[in-house]
Amino acid sequence: MSLLAHAPALQVVLPLVSAPLAVLLRHRNAAFAVVTAGAWAAFAAAIALWLQVGESGVISYHIGNWAPPWGIEYRVDRLTSFVLLLVSGMASIVLPYSRASIEREIPRELHYLYYAMFGLCLTGLLGMTITGDAFNIFVFLEISSLSTYVLIGLGRDRRALSASYRYLIMGSIGATFIVLGIGFLYLMTGTLNLADMAVRIRDIESSRPVLAALAFLTVGISLKVALFPLHQWLPNAYTYAPSAVTAFLAATATKVSVYVLIRFYFSVFGESLVFAKLPLPEIMLLLSLLGMFAANFIAIFQDNLKRLFAYSSVGQIGYITLGLSFDSFNGLAASIVHLFNHGIAKGAIFLLIGGIVAAGAKAGTGPLPLSFDRLAGLSRRMPLTCFGIVIAGLSLIGVPGTAGFVSKWYLILAAMDKGQWWLVAAILASSLLAVAYVWRFVEAAYFRPAADEVRREAPLSMLLPAWLLVLGSIWFGLDTSVTLGSALDAAQHLIGSKP
Amino acid sequence: MTDGLLFHPALVMIAGALLIPALRGLARNLAILLVPALALVALWLLPEGRLWSVAWLDYQLTPLAVDKLSRLFSTIFLLMAGTGGLFALRQQSRIEVPAAFLYAGSAVGVALAGDLITVFLFWEFMAVGSTLVLWSAGTPQAWAASRRYIMVHLAGGVILFLGVVGHLQATGDASFTGMQVDSLAHWLILIGFLINAGAYPLSAWLPDAYPEASWSGTVFLSAFTTKTAVYVLIRGFPGTELLIWFGLFMVFYGIVYALLENDMRRILAYSIVNQVGFMIAGIGIGTEMALNGAAAHAFTHIIYKALLLMSAGVVLSATGRRKCSELGGLFHSMPVTTICGTIGALAISSFPLTSGFISKSMISQAAADGHLEIVWMFLAAASAGVFLHAGIKFPWFVFFQKDSGLRPPDPTGSVRWAMIFFAFLCIALGVWPEPLYAILPFPVDYVPYTAAHVLTQTQLLLFSGLAFFLMLNYLKRTPTISLDVDWLWRKLFPALFAIVGKAIRGAQSAIGGSLGGLIASTTALLDRQRQPGGFLLRSWPTGSMALWVMIMLLGYLALYY
Repeated sequence: MSLLAHAPALQVVLPLVSAPLAVLLRHRNAAFAVVTAGAWAAFAAAIALWLQVGESGVISYHIGNWAPPWGIEYRVDRLTSFVLLLVSGMASIVLPYSRASIEREIPRELHYLYYAMFGLCLTGLLGMTITGDAFNIFVFLEISSLSTYVLIGLGRDRRALSASYRYLIMGSIGATFIVLGIGFLYLMTGTLNLADMAVRIRDIESSRPVLAALAFLTVGISLKVALFPLHQWLPNAYTYAPSAVTAFLAATATKVSVYVLIRFYFSVFGESLVFAKLPLPEIMLLLSLLGMFAANFIAIFQDNLKRLFAYSSVGQIGYITLGLSFDSFNGLAASIVHLFNHGIAKGAIFLLIGGIVAAGAKAGTGPLPLSFDRLAGLSRRMPLTCFGIVIAGLSLIGVPGTAGFVSKWYLILAAMDKGQWWLVAAILASSLLAVAYVWRFVEAAYFRPAADEVRREAPLSMLLPAWLLVLGSIWFGLDTSVTLGSALDAAQHLIGSKP
Repeated sequence: MTDGLLFHPALVMIAGALLIPALRGLARNLAILLVPALALVALWLLPEGRLWSVAWLDYQLTPLAVDKLSRLFSTIFLLMAGTGGLFALRQQSRIEVPAAFLYAGSAVGVALAGDLITVFLFWEFMAVGSTLVLWSAGTPQAWAASRRYIMVHLAGGVILFLGVVGHLQATGDASFTGMQVDSLAHWLILIGFLINAGAYPLSAWLPDAYPEASWSGTVFLSAFTTKTAVYVLIRGFPGTELLIWFGLFMVFYGIVYALLENDMRRILAYSIVNQVGFMIAGIGIGTEMALNGAAAHAFTHIIYKALLLMSAGVVLSATGRRKCSELGGLFHSMPVTTICGTIGALAISSFPLTSGFISKSMISQAAADGHLEIVWMFLAAASAGVFLHAGIKFPWFVFFQKDSGLRPPDPTGSVRWAMIFFAFLCIALGVWPEPLYAILPFPVDYVPYTAAHVLTQTQLLLFSGLAFFLMLNYLKRTPTISLDVDWLWRKLFPALFAIVGKAIRGAQSAIGGSLGGLIASTTALLDRQRQPGGFLLRSWPTGSMALWVMIMLLGYLALYY
């Protein structure tokens, strides 16, 4: 009981402690063991929290027993626990995978640093999710961002460094905007606790500093979300980062940012201010549509498989923010469930791509076997990998029976609730673009003649975690009780929490 | 609920489609023949009723529901898949037959689906399977045609899905039953169905794509897509009067274009549109007799159209020629193919004692019974037209007329047996229609062989035959190309883009100013964006990203204040 009562703190503290330990140990195997143990413990804590929230509702944990609003509060509701589950779960799957993957992508003497940074990044993402304190969000955001820059820069490709630098500049601008926004809010309300802030903001919600705060936070977080047209850091960062890093970031980092956005909109500023009084839904709708079409369209013409799916991520984020912009129960539920479903599908794809890189490196075909010419006939060499990518790709398209369909279905329902048929048509039409880019992979891997037909599958330690996610994206398409149940609950909670 | 002993025939076919690429030699041949047979046995072991039921989201899905109509269509689809597999045993392409089985299995899946979501799912699988069949021909023309084909069908799928979503939203019930065209959703569903049926003006994909498939691929393509559409229309929109006129239009459109056409397989493709027109008109009439007739005609049509396309495919693979004006006199060296092709031609013209006679006459009879005199007259006139374009024109120009000097041998083995089997069915069903009548959806009290029916039809055929030979000189095909709606997207749109581009470049040289230069460079950029490193594909410098951030912020601030 006592341990369980401290689960919210343990959620963050365990991965946090694992990172410096990894540095102190300076040995890659030991670092691997410590950080993986930390991530698994965090996953266990997330499961415990998810169950606990299901039983007893919102959990409020006071750090150091300082009562809010003076002390820092950790606050876990349905949405929080759902995102915690996604983030810690992805970390628990990606870490065992990384051992074999970074062997071929990162110099050995840097491995312990990789694990340390991974632990920190995980800490930051979990912290951003669980904390109920505005400044704390910024601190954890910086922890996760700084460690992400390092993780991306660890890639062997020298372009990784410039991608990382580019992300650093952009991420810093975003973080500055966020801290400015929080500063304005602090100035006006005199509190940093989100729940307290929400109460105090009611009286002054139309004042200019509050509106400025909303603008700064929206732009700052949109940048971290990679909402079109602020996505430009993303394709290079995803393309040149080590495979395991790409998979983890694609599945979690932008998703946590979306979570922060939802948190500020619904739990702080309040639905009525954000969606009813200001033209924000229209802008967000427009940007989401642009993202869905432009990014998906650009994805079709990429020659690098990783870059193709990076652009696809930008497009998929468009679906998530589209759901948000509807400001309806179904729309919010669609966003939340797509956040999860896209996370596992895209995670699976990038993990499998890591397998292609690893198998290519082993065969000595050079560092970048990801152009479509090199992928010709890949299905003969790596049948399991290719089949996995196809299934996860079907989930990206939103084929019935996969997880992606569930989220798209709710998105369509939300659009129909609004009576906007053209939006339904737009959602479906953008899915056709997804068909096109997934088809490019299928065509190259299955229908082009292979250079050689020697079986050269990725190692089992990489295939297993990836296939776990592939099966997940089928499982959550058939049994929607966990994902959709949580999302509907969370949406209910958020919409219901309006004053 | 689910009974473990029930095999879903569609899944049997799809499993076979996944298995066959892994097999070689004798095992592959055996699998190609056994899989459809197994699926057929599984189908006939199924009892009637809604067999599988799955709760999914808020809806009750029924992926397996059997009644007489769905069993009839599934039977002919599987029969076709098996015989087509036999015909295509020698096909070099390793993809074509598995793709065709996926295609056929999905068609069976549509026929056995008890709810709209399952229909949609298999509908899309069908589009994928058929595109793969087309694509596996391996020629650049087939590749281009397959891309146009998949675009039309994916767009059709989107329209259908929009309709399905609207229907579910309005009724909350997913089951697939008769609908009225009374709401936007139902209109969308109808349009989605009609695209696959090849209804004008949504038909141009059909003669555009089918003749580009391989010698055996076209046989598969002719059978499933349009007939699945006929099936869903029978189930979903029986008695919708609009369909009568759609159907009649298709009938005459098919005849006119087929008469103008020179490519033998394109003639037959247009005649698919024509024949499907008869079925759709029957669905529009909507009486039990008419629906029986439409279903029976779909059944017999699959057989004789496959037979015709098999004979055309044999000619194509033996001579490498496809234009009527380059063929002729093949009966000297290909007696079996000539006889089989002629039997198919007689069947499509509804000669008495062939399968076409016993099915098409039901539709005409239904029109007469329903006192739709105009419809009846159109249908009668169209029957004469069918005889002209498919019944005489195809065999005459390909197998007889002038001697082209070609002496290719008759096919042997599996190809020959597949043709003989279908030729046999064409005659057998014509002489002995009772087994087919017994499995039609409604009880049949129709006797095809009355003196009046036989006399009317024979007169009609004799006179149109006479007309054909009198007008032979006009009908001789020159090597021309006839235009259809597909010209819009094949030629006009690209041409328009080119003209606009030219106009802009012209304006630029005229003005010589910076504005013209800007526009011209934009068009050039749009050209380049398709290539790596192009405008939209390159990495953006940090400065421009920061600029966007500022624009966004200022935009928000301006809008908030």
